[in-house]
Amino acid sequence: MILVYVNSANGLSKAAFETVTYGKKLGDQVVVITNGDASPDTLASLGEYGASKVLVDRTVDGEDAQQLTRLVASVAQANGASTIVFSHDLIGKAVSPRLSVRLNAGLISGAVALPEGDGSIKVNVFSGKAMGLVKVNSSSRIISLLPNSIQPEKSGNTCAVEETSGNAGSAAIKVISTKKPEGEIPLPEAELVVSAGRGLKGPENWGMIEDLAKSLGAATACSRPVADIGWRPHHEHVGQTGVAIRPNLYVAVGISGAIQHLAGVNGSKVIVVVNTDSEAPFFKAADYGIVGDAFDVVPKLTAAINKFKANQN
Amino acid sequence: MKILVCISKSPDTTSKIAFTDGNTKFDENGVQYIVNPYDEWYALVRALEIKEAGGGQVTIVTVGNAADEAVIRKALAIGADEAVRIDADPKDAYYTAMQISSYAKSNGFDLILTGKETINYNGSQVGGMIAESLDLPFVSLATKLDVNGSTLTLEREIIGGVQVVEVSTPVVVSCAKGMAEQRIPNMRGIMAARTKPLQVVAPVSVDELTSFVSYTMPNAKSAVKMISPDNMDELVNLLHNEAKVI
Repeated sequence: MILVYVNSANGLSKAAFETVTYGKKLGDQVVVITNGDASPDTLASLGEYGASKVLVDRTVDGEDAQQLTRLVASVAQANGASTIVFSHDLIGKAVSPRLSVRLNAGLISGAVALPEGDGSIKVNVFSGKAMGLVKVNSSSRIISLLPNSIQPEKSGNTCAVEETSGNAGSAAIKVISTKKPEGEIPLPEAELVVSAGRGLKGPENWGMIEDLAKSLGAATACSRPVADIGWRPHHEHVGQTGVAIRPNLYVAVGISGAIQHLAGVNGSKVIVVVNTDSEAPFFKAADYGIVGDAFDVVPKLTAAINKFKANQN
Repeated sequence: MKILVCISKSPDTTSKIAFTDGNTKFDENGVQYIVNPYDEWYALVRALEIKEAGGGQVTIVTVGNAADEAVIRKALAIGADEAVRIDADPKDAYYTAMQISSYAKSNGFDLILTGKETINYNGSQVGGMIAESLDLPFVSLATKLDVNGSTLTLEREIIGGVQVVEVSTPVVVSCAKGMAEQRIPNMRGIMAARTKPLQVVAPVSVDELTSFVSYTMPNAKSAVKMISPDNMDELVNLLHNEAKVI
């Protein structure tokens, strides 16, 4: 059977539907293990994406990777899981390597597709500059799936939700405080992203980028120099040494497109580049390009999108 | 505080990536290796700051062959006290982590630091694997780390926000941007690095759990479609009807 770990701490996110859909497509019975206090009705909806059962441990808050590892390992062993699926997010990155050691199961980290005929799975390597096919040499395997790699698909009805507890031990990590900015779309999960670089000339000019992002319902991002000089927060830095993303649409404004930046975004489905320099390397990686001044183009684009959205309604 | 910093080499960030042997091997031809930026800028520099503030010892460890000693000397030039090279090809993350944890187990460290991931394989695996193998807590993607006796206070990224946590040593921490500022080695550091101890340790026997079958380059993009800055309605139309992303 396929075991899928789902983080349901803030309700179910797209990552949850993606990993359950992925498990279903592997072609075996899918059981979900989760923790925290999401309502049974919420959890039962995972059945629509292919889960046959959801197990939930209410005693585990999910803040300690060691404790989560014990929980997932005990369920995997009790049910004889052949494959365990995580989202390659902050929790998956902390728990899946531990689990690999605990269960002696090969970890395919950052998978972007379903297995090939020979069982190998495609992953991003060299920060998106290339891809590799990885196979596991162990009898069971762990896959952590890069967000936005497959489309969630509904295939059935709600499923049973069962409580479980007693296998996770205690937490060694004590949480002192948690801060979550309201209303921001987490960058790795965003389907639409608007990003800007030094071409904007100063942090005071980001209002128009935020307006454009708002008109699209997009997350905002930036290039490395802009994060380094403190114009934008570090968590917005996209590129080889920042976050690697694969949104459906990436709009880059005033970013030249250095190889390190491209590495973080070339998994994007569609790239739009706005730059004053027609020779900017980013145009070679773009689907649509506009040579023009950001201060002229961005407000016009925002207006055009708002007009389009108004006509849609 | 006794600190172990795990170092990996990675191709310089400006490297063009290519493969040989029927796309089964990374083409090292003309590639300049550097210390993986996350390991150097964040893990190593923060370890040095902790030592400078409260005393202790900073050891760096890498799994690699003799050619990697240039990268090790660079890390020593930045300020690590001593280096350990486990004499083996780092076959996969599991193999690498088991080598390091085996060394760490017999040498007793209070704090083991890794970078958040390497920029070649981006697996973010080694830190968690070391922690599990040593049965230690693991704080991943920490952006701040303060030491108070045997208690560590850390700031870390969580999904959609940041969190402050506390944990007691010994512990494994993976380090992300924000942890420290990059240091450029000075001439004295470079000279001193030549004579700092570099111990070569034989590997333990470990089976790798994963292997790469082959590599591919991303599909080449079709030519960019240029749009006039005065025709944003056309761009919106293309994004909706042609690209179907809005």
